Parts: sequence; structure tokens; C-alpha cells
Amino acid sequence: MIILDRVTKLHGDKVAVDHLSLHIKPGEFFGLLGPNGAGKTTTLRMITALTPPSVGQITINGHPVSRNNTVFKGQIGLVPQHVNLEPELTVEENLRLHGMLYNMKRDEINRRLAELLEFTELTAERHALANTLSGGMKRKVLIARALMHNPSLLLLDEPTVGLDVFSRRRVWDLIKSLNTRGITILLTTHYLEEAEHLCSRIGLLKKGRLIMTGSVEQLRNMVGPVVVEVFARDRTRLYFFRDQAGALDFASGLTEEFTIRQTSLEDVFVKMTGERVENH
Amino acid sequence: MNGILAVLWREYLYFKKRIWSITGSSLVAPLLYLTAFGWGLGRAVNMAGVAYIDFIVPGILALSTMNASFNAVSTPLSIARLYDKTLEEYLVSPITLYSFAAGKILAGALRGMYVGLLLLAVAFVLGANCKLSGLFLLLAFLNCLVFASLGYLVALKIQSHPDMTRFNSFVITPMIFLCGTFFAPEHTPAPLQLLIKALPLTPASQGLRSLALGQELSWYAPALQLLYLVVFIVWGLRASHKVE
Repeated sequence: MIILDRVTKLHGDKVAVDHLSLHIKPGEFFGLLGPNGAGKTTTLRMITALTPPSVGQITINGHPVSRNNTVFKGQIGLVPQHVNLEPELTVEENLRLHGMLYNMKRDEINRRLAELLEFTELTAERHALANTLSGGMKRKVLIARALMHNPSLLLLDEPTVGLDVFSRRRVWDLIKSLNTRGITILLTTHYLEEAEHLCSRIGLLKKGRLIMTGSVEQLRNMVGPVVVEVFARDRTRLYFFRDQAGALDFASGLTEEFTIRQTSLEDVFVKMTGERVENH
Repeated sequence: MNGILAVLWREYLYFKKRIWSITGSSLVAPLLYLTAFGWGLGRAVNMAGVAYIDFIVPGILALSTMNASFNAVSTPLSIARLYDKTLEEYLVSPITLYSFAAGKILAGALRGMYVGLLLLAVAFVLGANCKLSGLFLLLAFLNCLVFASLGYLVALKIQSHPDMTRFNSFVITPMIFLCGTFFAPEHTPAPLQLLIKALPLTPASQGLRSLALGQELSWYAPALQLLYLVVFIVWGLRASHKVE
């Protein structure tokens, strides 16, 4: 279980994460959603002890997170946003190095290496240098690397950023199958459809503050499951309703162009933050 | 211990893949110094009864091991920290920072010794005289450790690649010419002499020269180098704990 207790991170005068409290249960697939600069990556960096919180405490499976605590580190796998593979080492060498850093025996490394190369469909690229791989393959190597030591918790920081739609879908499948195998997953993303597709629970971050948490369904119900999108005077306005009948009733009096549809996660975000999440 | 082995294994892989470029680039400058100052200009020079080539070989060995060890750690580690972000893989792994630092410094020092031994072999083949001993090699290795640990410290402290270039220009390059490589520091004015003797390359040049010429080794050389080694390692470890 991951527990963040009133965690705050300051960069000088700027508040990157603001009194963030969060409990993520074992086996859960939790998504931290927010626009660029919302504090998602900083939160993951604090959970992995890459940067210390200015205030507050983080524990993973009962172990306090700190740079010198090597116990909790063996339980987490990190897929960073930045591709940080050793560029001049092969796929196999990158994974082997990871196994050695996690104190795995040689036989265990060999077994996991074969399993993960097959799982990520990278067996043919085993001897390819990391810097010669495509973006999608590099992402898959990062995932395989993070899984080498059998972590109980996988942290994914924008795992599909920069990927084409096919690679993104493939990475989604990989991540989803990991969760079905019991691995707890914490994913950060600014792709709303990614969070909607993968996560069992979502937290919305805005300017470092967690503004709401719940399943996609719960978040929709909090604002209203039906939305009327009205386009007037160069601007789109959203009106939320408890049911279709209410929406129809409201729309019958409109003279502008409108659409009635099910509330999406993006609508929730727009409603709650006043910002439209940009997809890149 | 496993952490140290993992770091050393990674360094070994890089070394194996780049052995020719590492060897070539590390030997170009010292061979030029040997050729120009030793066999060229120095053919007619005698330093207190010693042929100039024999005088400068230990100094060039000191500066080559300094350069090779410093560069083996400083540039790759600063790139790993600031650009590739590969350093994060080590920071999130369960190895201790002590293991990481020890692995990097040891690998850098071994790279320095590799270059130093190659240089000695070339110098011998071309006729230089130098008395080799266990103590001589130990002092050379100590010099490698000092500058590998300085490389580790600098890599964690700088904020950009130009900072590294500046450090090389203002600290490393002056030491090449000042620290008794090409002349005895005793020939310089007294205040400058004090400064030169306090720099970390000087005890290596002087200590190695004493041993190479069959003279007695002053305690000052290893003592000052050990002091520098401790300072750089402690400072480097403090920097490791703060790096984000």
C-alpha cells in the first residue's frame, strides 16, 4: 500500500505539490491525471525518493520512503517519462544490469530476461543497442526493465507519451495485463482516454492539489452523467445533468447549436478545474 | 558489494565497446608531450644529471592518469545526471550510494591505470629509463583514485556541460603544465611554489619521479594525495545524497 500523508513539495517559492494525501491499495490501478505542471511527475519522484518532500511523509508497504532506505526500493518498479536506458548497451545488457542492481542471481536474471523479452515481444531485438530502437520499443524495454525484479508496485510516468496510436494500444495492453496479474499500478498521464481506459480509480491534480478522486463512473456522477455542450459566440459551454430527461428539457429552450452526450472524463476535468486538458 | 559489481560491469561493457577510441584518445596528448618535449626539445636538455626524457616520463604518467581517470568519471556521469537521466536508474535501485560511488571511482581509476600502463610500455619501447616498483604502481593508482573521485564530485556539482568545460580549462589544464610535469616546482618563485605544491597533481608527479629515478619517496606525496582522496570522496558522497 502507498500512503502519502499531507505531502508538499516546494521548488523555491513555487508549490509543486500541495498537501497531497493519498492511499493506494494493493492490486489497485490508480491514475494521477492532470495537465502539464500539475505535479504528477514530482509526486512520482517523491514516491521513488528521487526528490524528498518538503513536508509530509510517504510510506510504501509500511516502509518510509527515503533515499537511504533500500528496502522499499526493491518493491517498486519505475517506468520514467524520459527514456533513460543506457544508450550504448543492448536491450539484454540493460535488463541484465537492472537485475544486478537489484541483487538478482544469475539464473534468476536469465529466466526473467527470457520471460520479459517474450512478454514485451522484444526477443528479436535482444541484441539491438537501446539507441537504435523505435520510440515504442524503447517504452517496452523500460517496462520490461521495471519488471525484471518482480516489483509489487509499478510506477508509470506518462508511459505512452510520444507514441503512435498502435504502439500506445500495445503498451496499454501490456500494462493492463500486469494489473490483472496482481501488480499495483500508479500511472500518471495527461491523456484522458488513457486514464479512462486503464485506471480503476483516478485522482485529478490541479496546481499540485488533489481536487477529486474516484472511479471514472464516480467522477462522472459527481458532476452529472449527461452533458449538454452548447456552442455559442465562439465558445463551448458545458451544462451537466443527472439524466437524459433533464438535459432534453434544458436543450429544448436553446437556440444555439448543441450536443447531448454522456459526460466524459475530459468534461469532468474541465468542470472541476476550469482548464481543458491538452493532448500532445 | 553487489552494487559495486553491477556498476563495474556496466563500466566494463562500455570500455569493451569503446576500447579503441578510449585507447587512442587517451594516448594522443601524452604521446605528443613525450615526442615534443622529451625526444624533440628535450634531447639536448639535462635536469640535474638526468636525461630530460627520463625526467618527464613520470610527470607525463601522472598527468595522463589524472586526465584518464577524471574524464572516465566526470563527463559520462554528468551526462547521465543532466541529459540521459540514466543516473536515476541507480538512484531508484536498492544499491547504496556508497556502492555506486565506489563502483564509479574504482572504474575510473582502473581506466587511468590502463592508460598509464600503456604509456609506460610505449616510453620503455622508445628508450626511456624508469625504475618500476610496486610502490611506483601503487602511487600511480592512488593518483588515479584521487582524480576519479574528483571527477565524481565535479559531475554531481556542475549544472551544465559548459560548467565541465570551464572546470577543465581553469583547474585541470593548468595542473598539466604547473604541477611539476615538465619542470621541477623548485625552479618557480616561492609563493607560486607553495601553490603548486598544494595542488593534487604535484605530489603524484614528484613522488613518481622520485621512485622512477631511484630516489627516496617523501612522505608528503602519498600523505597529500590521501588527504585529497578523503576530501573528494566525503564531499562527493555528500553531493550524492543531495542530487535530484
